[in-house]
Amino acid sequence: MFLNQFLLLAAALFCIGVYGVLARRNGVLVLMSIELILNSVNINLVAFGAYHGDVSGQVFALFIIGVAAAEVGVGLAIVLLIYRNRRSIDVAEANLLKG
Amino acid sequence: MQDFLDNWGITVMVFAPLVGVVAMMLLPEREEETHKLIALVASVASAIVGLLLLVNFDYDRSGVMQFARTDTWISVVNADYSIGLDGMSLPLVALTLLVTPLVIIYSWNHIPSPGNAKAFLMLMLVLHTGMLGTFVARDLVLFFVFFEVVLLPMYFMIGVWGGEQRLYAAIKFFLYTLFGSALMLVSFLALYWSTGSQTFSITGLAELVADGDVARNTQLLIFGGMFLGFGIKVPMFPFHTWLPDAHTQAPTQGSVILAAVLLKLGTYGFIRIAIPILPEAAVSWAPWIGLLAVIGIIYGALGCLAQTDMKRLIAFSSVAHMGYVMLGIATLTDFGINAAIFGMVAHGLITGMLFFIAGSVKERYHTLEIARLGGLLVQAPRMGWILGITTMASLGLPGLAGFWGEFPAILAAYQPAPGLSEELFRVYMVIAAIGTVLAAAYLLWLLQRTAFGTPSEEFEDDPHIHDTVFTEWVAWTPMLILIVVLGFVPSLIFDVTNEPASMVGEVIAALG
Amino acid sequence: MFAVEEFTGEVVVYSSWFYDNVWLIPALPAASFLIILLFGKRLPYKGAEVGITAVLAAFGLALLTTFTWIADIETDGGAESHSEEAMAASGPELAVEAEDGKEGLKFSRGAPVINEVEWFGIGTDANRVTLGAEEGAAAADGDADDHGEGFGGGFSIPIGTLVDGQSVMLLFVVTFISSLVHIYSTDYVHGDRRFTHYYAFLSLFTASMLFMVLSSSTIQLIVGWELVGVCSFALIGHWWEEKPNSDAALKAFLTNRVGDIGLLVGMTILYFAAGRTFSIPEINEAAVAGDIGQGTLLISSLCLMAAVMSKSGQFILHTWLPDAMAGPTPVSALIHAATMVVAGVYLIGRLYPVFYEGFGIAGGSINAMAFIGGLTTVGGGLLAFVQRDIKKVLAYSTVSQLGYMVLALGVGAYTAGMFHLFTHAFFKACLFLGAGSVSHACHHSFDMKADMGGLRTYMPKTFWTFIIGTAALAGIPPLAGFWSKDEILVGTGAFPGTDGNGTFTIPFIFGLITAALTAAYMTRCVWLTFFGEYRGHAHPHESGPRITVPLIILAVMAVWVGFLNMPTAFVESVGLGSGWAHKFEDWVEPEGVATFVGGANGFTHAKPSLLLAIVATGLGLAAGLIVWRYYTALYAKDPKATEYSDGLASRNSLAAAGHRVLEQKYYLDHLYTDVVAGGTKGPLARAAYWFNQNVLDGVVNAAGYVSTLVGRFVYRYIDQGVVDRAVNVSGQSASESGRFLRRIQTGQVREYASLMFGAAAVLAAVFIFAF
Repeated sequence: MFLNQFLLLAAALFCIGVYGVLARRNGVLVLMSIELILNSVNINLVAFGAYHGDVSGQVFALFIIGVAAAEVGVGLAIVLLIYRNRRSIDVAEANLLKG
Repeated sequence: MQDFLDNWGITVMVFAPLVGVVAMMLLPEREEETHKLIALVASVASAIVGLLLLVNFDYDRSGVMQFARTDTWISVVNADYSIGLDGMSLPLVALTLLVTPLVIIYSWNHIPSPGNAKAFLMLMLVLHTGMLGTFVARDLVLFFVFFEVVLLPMYFMIGVWGGEQRLYAAIKFFLYTLFGSALMLVSFLALYWSTGSQTFSITGLAELVADGDVARNTQLLIFGGMFLGFGIKVPMFPFHTWLPDAHTQAPTQGSVILAAVLLKLGTYGFIRIAIPILPEAAVSWAPWIGLLAVIGIIYGALGCLAQTDMKRLIAFSSVAHMGYVMLGIATLTDFGINAAIFGMVAHGLITGMLFFIAGSVKERYHTLEIARLGGLLVQAPRMGWILGITTMASLGLPGLAGFWGEFPAILAAYQPAPGLSEELFRVYMVIAAIGTVLAAAYLLWLLQRTAFGTPSEEFEDDPHIHDTVFTEWVAWTPMLILIVVLGFVPSLIFDVTNEPASMVGEVIAALG
Repeated sequence: MFAVEEFTGEVVVYSSWFYDNVWLIPALPAASFLIILLFGKRLPYKGAEVGITAVLAAFGLALLTTFTWIADIETDGGAESHSEEAMAASGPELAVEAEDGKEGLKFSRGAPVINEVEWFGIGTDANRVTLGAEEGAAAADGDADDHGEGFGGGFSIPIGTLVDGQSVMLLFVVTFISSLVHIYSTDYVHGDRRFTHYYAFLSLFTASMLFMVLSSSTIQLIVGWELVGVCSFALIGHWWEEKPNSDAALKAFLTNRVGDIGLLVGMTILYFAAGRTFSIPEINEAAVAGDIGQGTLLISSLCLMAAVMSKSGQFILHTWLPDAMAGPTPVSALIHAATMVVAGVYLIGRLYPVFYEGFGIAGGSINAMAFIGGLTTVGGGLLAFVQRDIKKVLAYSTVSQLGYMVLALGVGAYTAGMFHLFTHAFFKACLFLGAGSVSHACHHSFDMKADMGGLRTYMPKTFWTFIIGTAALAGIPPLAGFWSKDEILVGTGAFPGTDGNGTFTIPFIFGLITAALTAAYMTRCVWLTFFGEYRGHAHPHESGPRITVPLIILAVMAVWVGFLNMPTAFVESVGLGSGWAHKFEDWVEPEGVATFVGGANGFTHAKPSLLLAIVATGLGLAAGLIVWRYYTALYAKDPKATEYSDGLASRNSLAAAGHRVLEQKYYLDHLYTDVVAGGTKGPLARAAYWFNQNVLDGVVNAAGYVSTLVGRFVYRYIDQGVVDRAVNVSGQSASESGRFLRRIQTGQVREYASLMFGAAAVLAAVFIFAF
């Protein structure tokens, strides 16, 4: 069965993405890492869809692509604003959520 | 039109100011002029409806409730939304309808510090609704609600826009009156239950009591509760101490409304509720009411003589003047009650006017200390004249309104209702007559010290001191005209009050 | 009581356009008041022209009314029906049964002409519609037994005019003197800071005085009474910038208010006692017919007497009148000499039957009214001696003369009292206006000792008119004062052969003393002002015609008005027809039951006595001569002296004490100002206020304080200690745990994410391995 390969690829991509989100301090790179995570999910969906002979997985993947585009747009806007205010896009410095 | 007035006239008149309040709520605070305009329009609208009612009032049947309407309101306790207008309430409604717009006009350029015309005028309109409602209510619960509605706006008016000790005065006013109305409410409830929990309607209760449903002692106690409730509002000696503080600290507009209308809620309660419902108890209580009334007359006058502050003096004079009103009521005769209603209207106009003047003096001189004033006639001759006329009216000069409240009350005390001691009331009569001398003494003394003489050095060249301005003229002229007109044509009021007053008098006479 | 039922006869009621429209007389000055107030300052003569026109028109009308009245009486042949014998004969024909079956006042002539309309009513039956007639009537009837005329009968207040001899006489006096004063004032107050206001108030005063004079009901009388009081207040305080003036105004008003207690109470008693009526004729009728008990009448008379004492400056309420001289001099002449101050006397005359019955004047020897009058007349006369201020001399003289009038009414000499009121108005106005003219010439000073003396050469017209006024006042025949004063002395009935209403010896003695005193103090006044040498520093000159012409007119009046009421015997002895006698009496005295003429208890007219006239005049002349001698001797020693430096008062301690008492005005001012007013305003008011602030308010504040204490206790120990503690503990635990947990919240999104992923991994592990 060829499903496992896809799942392994997705898991790898996911791990890279998670690593990127957690380890990177550059906001843009964090966003890119989030894209990786999302794409790993897309791969999973398409793989499961093909495996079950069902198109709904692909439809979901399309939705996620759309949402990801919007998300990255918003995310980049936030990064831009943070840069404007702080002259830096280092996410470690953005600790406004501190309680 | 007639249909509309019959069914909706009073309701529209009473609640029109609240429409204004809602409108003002929606507008931002900074649009002061609009707020003033809305407040004026709302109060004038209410006055116009009131005027239509006055025009369509059947003066030949002034003893009967007109434009009456009764709807079920709180069916659980048999409380109704029951309103109506008769000869007893008509003069007071008219007085309220006149005074509030004038006060709003006066406010045009006299919003007291700390400003905020929006809140101030909204409170004024709520007050207006409360006062009108109290005078037209025919159901005890409804009456009580309106009676209490009046309390809160006045509390804020004193507490926010008042003088230096405003918080003390406001709290004293609020708690004191609330204490009275609590007892009053207890009395209402006691009446409700002791007559068999059927109705809160005033006439209904009167009939039930007349049928002998309530034991005499119970009646006496219930009357006592009402006596405290209304007596504090009047205010009668010795429950008057909230009044000087409230008046002194209140802003001018508050003082005017307080003196012109609010004090009348108490006396109105006596003649509308306490006496008609419990005539027997009234006869037993009347000597005491009369005693407190004449003590109030002398005592208030002496209090005035001891004052150094103009506004406080005028406040104390209310104690004395309301003493005449209460003396008239205590005689329990048609005569006395007529005099009392006249006295209420006259006192409302005259003392309201005096407070207006005091407010304007304060605005110019920034003090009301009598010793520092003087020479008003030199610096502001027109205002000095107005003060002169008003003090003359206040001391009961014939030809001006004050006399017809005072003299008939004295006259009535010579022959009180059957069942009351003539000797006692004749003594009261003489004491009340002596009170007129003291009234002349403190008022003329006030006039001399403020209006006569020459201005003190302190204010001699003060550029702030100017004569009456336009809004003052607009606000004062109707009151001054009425003071003079009522002095010459007292039948304007007596013709209206005559019938309901004789109905009360006859209820009492039927007992004797 | 007078037996009314015996009378049968005709009621004569005159009618004339003037009687029906007499209301125009007060209406004219009232209109003028409004016009001056509204437009006065814009008029060329600042309102004076309006005032003068109105008052002259009113005078014209009053004059025509007076002539009509006199003509009506003369046509009825009043003169012959007057004498005692004729009255006795015609008396029984005076009254008829009135239409309503009630006994009424009946008049053979000169019945009051009453025109009234209802001003307003309270509780009158006509106004009752809804109540149901039976019910109302039943209620009224039910208690009629206990409460006299019926409870709930209501009352109706009429407003109208009453024209009879007395009111016509005052209409004439008031409009006449007011016209002269209006004209005089154009010069006297020329250029005053409040010229227009002055005229406005003169008009208002004239209107109110006339309104009061014409009143047909007691309530209208009260209204007029108070209104003239206010005008007096305003005019005394005309120059209110200076404190003494406003003090005087206040004093006048307050003293009058004291009397008003009596007025209000007295009128109230009469209203109920006479069967719920304000109508003056009806009250009189009830008093005459004996419908009112003697005790009630006495009490109401005493109450009204208090009002008379304050308004007409009777002891002990006279102290305001001399102080009232702070006002402009024409005002003093008009208000405080000729018209307003006689309102009290007028009141007694209006309700004479009440007083007559109340005090039991018939056959008496002394009563409150006669005694007060007597005391006032002597007391005032004595005080006039020690004044430096010419107006104060005249003021005390007015007090003294008002006492004379009250004395006259007190002894039952109604006509004599009214006649003295009439003559006094002219010569006293003349004297006051003369004093004004003098001060006009002397830099507006009224101090006789410092700024006057020897003025007769500078101002002859003023001097001669003043002399005539003085002679009239002192009762020198044949001037006006002589006739009226003589009639009063005769009226006391104490002199042998005069046959008055009783034997009023004490008032008679008071009257004689005053006759001497009057001549003496007026001689002193004239000497100090016009004789000797000029002591002031001005350049005295005669006043202009607007001042001197009114003086001359008044002096002429002072000369002849006395002839209006000459005794029959005198008229016959000088060869005139008896038609010349008693004119004033015929015209003014209301004929009929109202004045009890010829009745069993009614007042009689005393017989004049030549001897008494000689004695009284002799006393006056002698007293005048003694004073004259005193001053001529003084003048011989030192032309500029005004008193002996070593006079009696400085040598004799008793005399010194007397002098001091007089100088201190019997200490009455001290009593009123310091003790009564000061006591009320000071300790009493302060005590009341202290009571208010500390006891009453103390109770309130204490109640507030105690409840605060209780509240604080409850708050601290119960609320905070128990209830709130529980709440706080739960709150604290929450916040403590929160404080611990917040450490996790670093604000680093990455750390949150790692936590999330860590947790997800753990959860995944749990799912995988646990299931």
